Amino acid sequence: MGEVVLRLEGITKNFGALKANENVSLNLAKGEVIALLGENGAGKTTLMNILFGQYTADSGRVEVFGKTLQPGMPRAALDAGVGMVHQHFTLAHNLSVIENVILGTGSLWSWKLRNKQARQQLLELANRYHLKINPDAKVSTLSVGERQRVEIIKALFRQAKILILDEPTAVLTPQETEALFKTLKEATEQGLSVIFISHKLREVMIIAQKVAILRHGKIVATKETKETSANELAALMVGNPTSPPAVVKRKSGPVVMEFLNVSTETQHHSKGLKNVSMRLCSGEIVGLAGVSGNGQTSIANLFAGLITPSEGELYLDGKPIERWSPRQSVLRGIARIPEDRHHAGTVADFSLTENSIIERYRDQPFAHHGWVNWQAAASFTKELIKQYDVRCPGPNTRIRLLSGGNMQKLILGRVLQNNPRVILAHQPSRGLDIGAVHYVHKQLLEARQKGAAIILISEDLDEILQLSDIIYVSSEGRLSPAFQRGKVTPSQLGGWMSGASFAEQETMHAS
Amino acid sequence: MRLEAIPHPSLSRRFLPPILALASTVFIASLLAMVAGGNPFAVLGLIIKGAVGSKFALLETLNRATPLIFTGLSVAVAFRAKLWNIGAEAQLYSGAVVAVIMGTGALAWSPSVLIPAMIICSMSAGALLLLIPTLLKTRLGVDEVVTTLLLNFIFLLLVSLLLEGPLKDPMGMGWPKSARLIAEARLPRIVDGLRLHWGFGIALIAAVIIWIVNTKTTFGYAMRAVGFNAEAARYAGMPINLIMMQTALLSGGLAALAGFSEVAGLKGTLTLDLSPGFGYSGIIVAMLALLHPLGVVGAALFVAGIFVGADSMSRAAGVPTYLADIMLATALLLMVVAVLLTKFRFKRE
Repeated sequence: MGEVVLRLEGITKNFGALKANENVSLNLAKGEVIALLGENGAGKTTLMNILFGQYTADSGRVEVFGKTLQPGMPRAALDAGVGMVHQHFTLAHNLSVIENVILGTGSLWSWKLRNKQARQQLLELANRYHLKINPDAKVSTLSVGERQRVEIIKALFRQAKILILDEPTAVLTPQETEALFKTLKEATEQGLSVIFISHKLREVMIIAQKVAILRHGKIVATKETKETSANELAALMVGNPTSPPAVVKRKSGPVVMEFLNVSTETQHHSKGLKNVSMRLCSGEIVGLAGVSGNGQTSIANLFAGLITPSEGELYLDGKPIERWSPRQSVLRGIARIPEDRHHAGTVADFSLTENSIIERYRDQPFAHHGWVNWQAAASFTKELIKQYDVRCPGPNTRIRLLSGGNMQKLILGRVLQNNPRVILAHQPSRGLDIGAVHYVHKQLLEARQKGAAIILISEDLDEILQLSDIIYVSSEGRLSPAFQRGKVTPSQLGGWMSGASFAEQETMHAS
Repeated sequence: MRLEAIPHPSLSRRFLPPILALASTVFIASLLAMVAGGNPFAVLGLIIKGAVGSKFALLETLNRATPLIFTGLSVAVAFRAKLWNIGAEAQLYSGAVVAVIMGTGALAWSPSVLIPAMIICSMSAGALLLLIPTLLKTRLGVDEVVTTLLLNFIFLLLVSLLLEGPLKDPMGMGWPKSARLIAEARLPRIVDGLRLHWGFGIALIAAVIIWIVNTKTTFGYAMRAVGFNAEAARYAGMPINLIMMQTALLSGGLAALAGFSEVAGLKGTLTLDLSPGFGYSGIIVAMLALLHPLGVVGAALFVAGIFVGADSMSRAAGVPTYLADIMLATALLLMVVAVLLTKFRFKRE
């Protein structure tokens, strides 16, 4: 491969006691794609923020085209030809594509004039790299995939020779991902170098020539993709080979929770339910598939106690539930893993300790006559951190500083510690990387083994198919019949997800 | 430019911005003193001397700080739970009215019974007064900023009505003021011969109690949870509305204590100028204290010191007392920015 364009040397960065990066070194050659692979919290984003000047490293240096980059200066990185496409885009929604591209590239006085030159340049770039885009479209009207293209053009427009892409495919459809890869191939052939941050092994194997695996802030291996396999990378990434946890056969127990002809009102973002019946048995995972916004949130809210049925009944242990609220749901032994762990699941400005007692702050052993027993709370939290492998500086850390995976582990620990009878898992693995996903699945399967009745709501059909003993599909607030494990194909489920099979069912009934 | 959270702020990062804010306040005040024709060093010197320069000045500052501690605590408690109580002024007067009703001779009890009874009833009055806007908020979604603020004016008119009518001092020669409190209803001085009443002692005790409530009790924990993230609190099964109402009761009660202590400790009678805006100044105190109950004591002393110091400076140097208002406003604005800087830093994109 050609000359080295980017050299990271012995980068170390500590946040308090946490070693985010430890002596990381990396070389990127011209026209090369290096994938930076690692779990959540492995230090990928920290490393790239140091490279891009958002953080200053405690030690080590960054060299671009043979020159040491001034630390802590994003401007210096930009001028040296480093461009970054963040996971969350940094575009002005009310401006057009062309305005976004030239924004910040020069004085505002010659705006009109530059606009004209820039248009020429932008169309050239778009043409050269097959980035289809309308320069006059408002960013707010663009799809996520198109916005990403704008970000890439923005970087190329600023003469980026090195492009950093942070989890670029997380928000793309398969077709859009393919288009992105084509663009990257094109661009690297013309001399662009790319750092591709990801935890999707399949994509890394396709797009990258080299893979650097980051674990606990250290580079544990650098491999040529030609000489490795997805399995090997997965093993390196998490330290020990993780494979999806095995699903052990298990006879289901008695019915624990049952919905009988339940309907709910449509509220804000949650589609109301129409005459829904389902049952959860002990030792069984019930999967609920469906396109988002088709009543899943209402079902989750029913379990969590946030809403009550407008018609129909909920039964717990064969008895109808009369008083129903979040508090009742907690007291009746329902473990709730919310969809939105940042807003519903945790209080960002609370410490881990404060967050781990949030459901039980009024109960033994955490409360005594209105006083919080902080000692009990702290030891409970330390136990959770140890048992559920929550990576954090300590129990007094504010939870907002944790990665999504670690936050989810704390929530899991908090609700699973009491051997719950029913578990609501609403998108439990969304946004987590492979190691964390397997971990969540393992915990759910262990709870199933212990006899919990689990409802798993997910938009990821693979997840549903892999874990569930029984599968329902929701569409427009209706529920499909229950399917047994292995008795249904993905395309059949797809029919129910799109609503087509509901219509067929109705005509069959009618005839 | 954008703001970036600092995960682990260093010691200097935590203390330097607030110190710089205070320094800038002093600097701006000096400029204004110059504009007003005074020598800035002399003016500042006189303010400090006027606030803490003598036994008399110091006691005056402590007396002035007393109602500010109560209203500051009231606001700090409410704001912590994101209940925007702007109505401490009205709650203060409600406490004062109850003190007058009970303490002007209607009850012939001994002080050891009468004073605690007055404290409890004053607090109840303030608590109930804040409960109304809170119920409107939790039941109907009415913005409590508007209702609590407007209640201030309504309540002051009500006090005016009472002072012209049933509570009017028959010996007052027509002035709208209440009768004087009987001796049994007056708060005694902390030390004989020193002009400092027990209201100050009660205020300190209240601050410590609120601090303990906040950090050690389940109620304090729930209050903070609701304030930081009501959605998560609701999801976890906290009774949000109940917690809001309990917070309101506590906050309203604390503000009412300011009125009680001014009447029973200092003035001995109720007039329409009992409070020169202690309820509103309480917001400044609470914000300067970053809503910390113990910080409220320090902030109240600071604010009171500036008021008292500026009064005496004005007499000596001829610079208007408005300088005090400007200093406090500047301090508040700069402090809000400074607090931001202790947790965030600016980053150029």
